[in-house]
Amino acid sequence: MTFIAKPKVKWSGQRLNELGLSIRDYEGGLSTLCAGCGHDSVTAAIVQAFWELAIRPEQVIKLSGIGCSSKTPAYFLNGAHGFNSVHGRMPSVATGALAANRNLIAVGISGDGDSLSIGFGQFAHAVRRNLNVLYLIENNGVYGLTKGQFSASADPGSTAKKGEANKAQAIDPIATAITLGGSFAARSFSGDKQQLVPLIKAGLAHPGCAVIDIVSPCVTFNDHDGSTKSYAWTRAHREVATATDFVPPAKAIETAYDEGDSVPIRLHDGSVIKLKKLDSSYDPHDRARALQYLEQHRARQQIVTGLLYIDADLPEFHALSGTASKSLTEHSFAELNPGAQALAKLQTSLK
Amino acid sequence: MLVSHSTKTTRRVNDFVIKIGTVNGTGSASANSLLMKALFRMGIPVTGKNLFPSNIQGLPTWYEVRASKDGYNARTGRVDVMVAMNAQTYARDLAEVSPGGYLIYDSSWPRAKQLARDDIHIIGIPLAQMANENFGPSRVRILMKNIAYVGALCALMNIDRAIVRTLLEETFAAKPKLIDSNFQAISLGYDYALKHYDCPLPVQAEPMDGTRGKILIEGNAAAALGCLYAGATVGAWYPITPSTSLMDAFEGYCRQFRRDPDTGENRYCIVQAEDELAAAGMVIGAGWAGARAFTPTSGPGISLMGEFIGFAYYTEIPAVFFDIQRVGPSTGMPTRTQQCDIMAAAYASHGDTRHPVLLPADPGECFKLSVQAFDLAERLQTPVFVLSDLDIGMNDWMVPELTWDDKYQPDRGKVLDAEQLQNMEKYFRFLDVDGDGIAARTLPGSHPRGAYFVRGSGHNQYGGYTEDGSEYQEVVDRLLVKWETARTLMPAAQVTESGHHTKVGIIAYGSSHGAIVESLDRLADNGIYANYLRLRAFPFGDEVQAFLDRHDTVFVVEQNRDGQMRSLLLLETEVDRDKLVSVRHYNGMPIPSDVVTRCVAQHIRKEAVA
Repeated sequence: MTFIAKPKVKWSGQRLNELGLSIRDYEGGLSTLCAGCGHDSVTAAIVQAFWELAIRPEQVIKLSGIGCSSKTPAYFLNGAHGFNSVHGRMPSVATGALAANRNLIAVGISGDGDSLSIGFGQFAHAVRRNLNVLYLIENNGVYGLTKGQFSASADPGSTAKKGEANKAQAIDPIATAITLGGSFAARSFSGDKQQLVPLIKAGLAHPGCAVIDIVSPCVTFNDHDGSTKSYAWTRAHREVATATDFVPPAKAIETAYDEGDSVPIRLHDGSVIKLKKLDSSYDPHDRARALQYLEQHRARQQIVTGLLYIDADLPEFHALSGTASKSLTEHSFAELNPGAQALAKLQTSLK
Repeated sequence: MLVSHSTKTTRRVNDFVIKIGTVNGTGSASANSLLMKALFRMGIPVTGKNLFPSNIQGLPTWYEVRASKDGYNARTGRVDVMVAMNAQTYARDLAEVSPGGYLIYDSSWPRAKQLARDDIHIIGIPLAQMANENFGPSRVRILMKNIAYVGALCALMNIDRAIVRTLLEETFAAKPKLIDSNFQAISLGYDYALKHYDCPLPVQAEPMDGTRGKILIEGNAAAALGCLYAGATVGAWYPITPSTSLMDAFEGYCRQFRRDPDTGENRYCIVQAEDELAAAGMVIGAGWAGARAFTPTSGPGISLMGEFIGFAYYTEIPAVFFDIQRVGPSTGMPTRTQQCDIMAAAYASHGDTRHPVLLPADPGECFKLSVQAFDLAERLQTPVFVLSDLDIGMNDWMVPELTWDDKYQPDRGKVLDAEQLQNMEKYFRFLDVDGDGIAARTLPGSHPRGAYFVRGSGHNQYGGYTEDGSEYQEVVDRLLVKWETARTLMPAAQVTESGHHTKVGIIAYGSSHGAIVESLDRLADNGIYANYLRLRAFPFGDEVQAFLDRHDTVFVVEQNRDGQMRSLLLLETEVDRDKLVSVRHYNGMPIPSDVVTRCVAQHIRKEAVA
């Protein structure tokens, strides 16, 4: 968490979005992460995506747990309320906040330690409730703040900085999210902003829990030979299954979509995710196929990226709860309190 | 007639305890509440204590109904009439009957001769046989056997059968066939008793006018009504005995009052969380976002929520935690009652933490203090605990009808809206402008200038991260200023003067109250006078210190092994520790008044001798 304010510099010719805001208006404090940390690239992609979508910063809540990844909400969207919760518990706080005010746009930032170990349960339940949150897992396979222990996403056989090999099996958050009945599962790489920005935009537009697992190397503790979460390894072993382009609602109406490998996925707000299948056999609506595809590539030590599974029609949290379309925080007290007469009446059965 | 004529029984009109021993899962609950409500409708003050096992079917369960023309509602240590329906527990049920009392048993089967007593009356009624002859299938027979003992009690104890009929009509309004079959069972028991025994017994009911303006309600239902009336919109929970019925009741009331009849939309959101940790997180997230949010739980849940409770304390987020206490430690006895989470609630979580705690004594107060809990949580921007217990939460208590003032407006505390933020140059989350230790908060979604970063890590008064010792200290010291503000806002302790000059005081709280009220009268009968202070909240107000100062001996009566409230008083007041005498009852059954009377009287006699 930074305590260094980032100076805001304005100059003529700055590009502005539809709200008249420059990309600087979507930044946060200065990062205190290590130079070259993958997480800072993810932060930059988040800033880019929110700016391009012209989302009002105050509409957004940014939440996290504990760890290096969880520090990053301080580095973007200064105009948004931020919530750095306790370790592994970001999803529950996001659930409560969205229960109270469904108009908020929630982005949850977590890491492999935060979501796959201490917070594995909360991660799972946010997915199965299909909470309307953009759930980013900045995945580096290692505990950085406590100096380099393996995390639950470390691949068996991959080695720590000091040389010892990880023996336990790895948890794949994307395979997990799909298995849990998640509605949106994608993987990306912090080093590929071209891929990441449209995925973040698609995740924000998706009405439900959009999980993006982002391989985000730890330059200090997990970027060596023998690591399977290093920049070099990820670049060499990446297999892009789908390429995503996100078309916001206003433009979606006018855009024509090519036949062939490009599949348009329409979301309820009118926006369109254009999905280009780089592997022509891939079907992002087929759960079993997605899992099989992940497994085949895992066996070959390949890291599959792209939007791997989507079900835009799965009812989200509020649809399941039957919550009023007007946010609960916007209800007046009179709308919530039944009054003295009702209290007297209901007690006739208690006499 | 089986009654032994040598046994003397004093006439007890509207002053008796009926205890019913049955098997869990046999429908005895409806029979017992029918009995209790019939007495209530006769105008007799009545309380019911359900002493049930942690089991769905098969284990022994008891129900105690106390009728008291004087309005005492505690257990007494007496059993005037025992209905022993459970062969498993027959021997101990027999042993428990007070001398001169009555034992009613199912005489369908022979009873061993040694299972008798000379000093009580034994009444046999062939309940199972009558049920078998008149009803089928077997499930119905079991239910009707239980309804039949209510019928027998009607005859034996002069309980108005017409009222029982009306109650059945109300209960089964939608299924009229059941009215007749249930009443048939009532008549079977009634007619048999009337034919074979001298009815009514000296222990009997008589119509009176002691329940006007009163209702029978469980504390959990009343607390749920409090949440509804306070305008709580988000409830998150993980099922745990004995708090579950609070959320069940809240959901029921919400369906009734907060569901749009046209659209079916809910003006509430209840989340059954994956565990108590998540439930706490949800409530805190909702409170941060501006909803009134609560979670009902019990001791084990409080342990699990500890980390989040400390987080909410330090980040100053309103939340209401209901702890319906049960017997600890660990899993303890989930269906038995205690007041054992006093310390766990008051100082929940690691680091320097302290939390406002409300101590309702009955369902009526569960309603009122629940509403107040939300006001306090938002005014003080902190977690607030409502410490009820299984006895209050899950038993039917007779309390004055709940009332509501339509002029009430919720105290949302210091929340800056978009307009106020627009007119501010800069906003800082933890800056104490008013000197009461409470800084203004803002809600997400309101205004970009109101944005701040919630963090459980070290922060300064501007809301920024800090590792600077003095900046850290500035914030935690202000939290103490806020604590002093809290002290002035908590409901004051209630003092009952004995009307005599005395240096003896009694302090109690929560569900122990009823036992104290009765015990004070019994002690006075014996010439022992004591003033009584009932704690209603922590932190303690000045009246608590004043009460401690003006007495030489103060009995602290509570339902836990370690005298937790006594410890809290020692820690949080200036009292001389030798003054405080601990009276504890912690076997899991609601505290009986005779235990209090005996302990206090013995101690005073001992002191007098010494």
